[in-house]
Amino acid sequence: MGRYVPSLDLIPRVEAGEMGAIGRLISRAESGTPEAREALATIYRRAGKAHVIGITGVPGSGKSTLVAHFAKQLREQGLKVGIVAVDPSSPFSGGSILGDRVRMTELATDPGIYIRSMATRGAMGGMARAALDAVDILDVGGFDTVIIETVGVGQDEVEIARASHTTVVVSAPGLGDEIQAIKAGILEIADIHVVSKCDRSDANRTLTDLKSMLTLGALTSARGEWAVPVVGVSAISGEGFDKLLDKVNAHRRVAFETETGLARLARIARFRLVKTAENLLIERFTAAAERLAPKLSARLQRRESDPYTLANEMLLASAQKELADEHA
Amino acid sequence: MAQPIRVLLAKVGLDGHDRGVKVVARTLRDAGMDVIYSGLHRTPEEVVTAAIQEDVDVLGVSLLSGVQLTVFPKIFKLLSEKGVDDLIVVAGGVMPDEDVVALKEMGVKEVLLQDTPPAAIVATLERLVTERGAR
Repeated sequence: MGRYVPSLDLIPRVEAGEMGAIGRLISRAESGTPEAREALATIYRRAGKAHVIGITGVPGSGKSTLVAHFAKQLREQGLKVGIVAVDPSSPFSGGSILGDRVRMTELATDPGIYIRSMATRGAMGGMARAALDAVDILDVGGFDTVIIETVGVGQDEVEIARASHTTVVVSAPGLGDEIQAIKAGILEIADIHVVSKCDRSDANRTLTDLKSMLTLGALTSARGEWAVPVVGVSAISGEGFDKLLDKVNAHRRVAFETETGLARLARIARFRLVKTAENLLIERFTAAAERLAPKLSARLQRRESDPYTLANEMLLASAQKELADEHA
Repeated sequence: MAQPIRVLLAKVGLDGHDRGVKVVARTLRDAGMDVIYSGLHRTPEEVVTAAIQEDVDVLGVSLLSGVQLTVFPKIFKLLSEKGVDDLIVVAGGVMPDEDVVALKEMGVKEVLLQDTPPAAIVATLERLVTERGAR
């Protein structure tokens, strides 16, 4: 017990597809230690083969159930499927309850399926900070398709579309009308719209609203050669999943073989770079903030200074510390 | 920053009583841990696979059906087959004292019975993870 295997030594075992090594390296990615990041540097260079599918939608829309059914179909095509399922952390305790696995029990012991649950730990945008590292690790571990299931999102958490090759937005019936459907935000990011729970009588209304929303924007929001489809599915009857699989396969070809797809790959790389820099900044700044906040906020409370002046002071101190560390 | 302790809480076999495990899940969440819940009626194979994929620190198996001496040997056999040697296995539920002794001999680190206060569950898991050390 307690022996520490260096992260770099895990890499060959990850490449051999060893479940335990994949799991451990994902934990190390979450911890974000310099030792782990050295290994992730190698992992990133070797990744890039998997088709990354983002699945997003409001809480309770049926994302996990959809993922379970869809992953089973991909398995029937002979593909190995990795799943990164994100659920929220408590803003109070920092703890979480990760319940997505409960919906995926049919996949539980298939060696061609890997399910990893992740908590957001304060990250905005619907993903966990280490989610994309986990995707790379699963990619290197030999999984052909990696599905990221976001937290149940609101209207505005659209990061997933900047990180995945194919974005699926799940809508459930009964949650809004055609005005909701033309609002900006989450509905804009879909490469494929799915309406879940299509066994319910009000599902047709949701299908119609989404389809008419798409025709309204047909002239202005062109996606090259790709026409965004709306697919109704029901996990109870199984209807619609064959069509969903066809659409995802078709979009995979768009993502990897067309000009539109290549442009998107460039945007994904750019997002990854900027997002990683942002995360590093937050890490460094949080450390500085924890050190300085008590003193500065006391001054703020006494109104001896103002938020902008003190916030600038904090940023400056954080940058100075970083410079000092670099020279040390 | 210290990483949250990761715990898989599992219900194994024909046992539909999940009120207790949900209270424990909530307690651990509120203590800042990441809690993965398996859902009801899982097999030892499913639980062990999930523990490996999720790379949890602690596997907590809740049993109110009296089959602990059947379930835990299977779990330990699977863990050793798969080469897992640093997982902390904990049992929870209602069971006779002699079974507690047998489970501990098998490798269960702690048995948390029905009268364990929530704070003691948290403290026990924190202690076990600290004793194990970094991995």
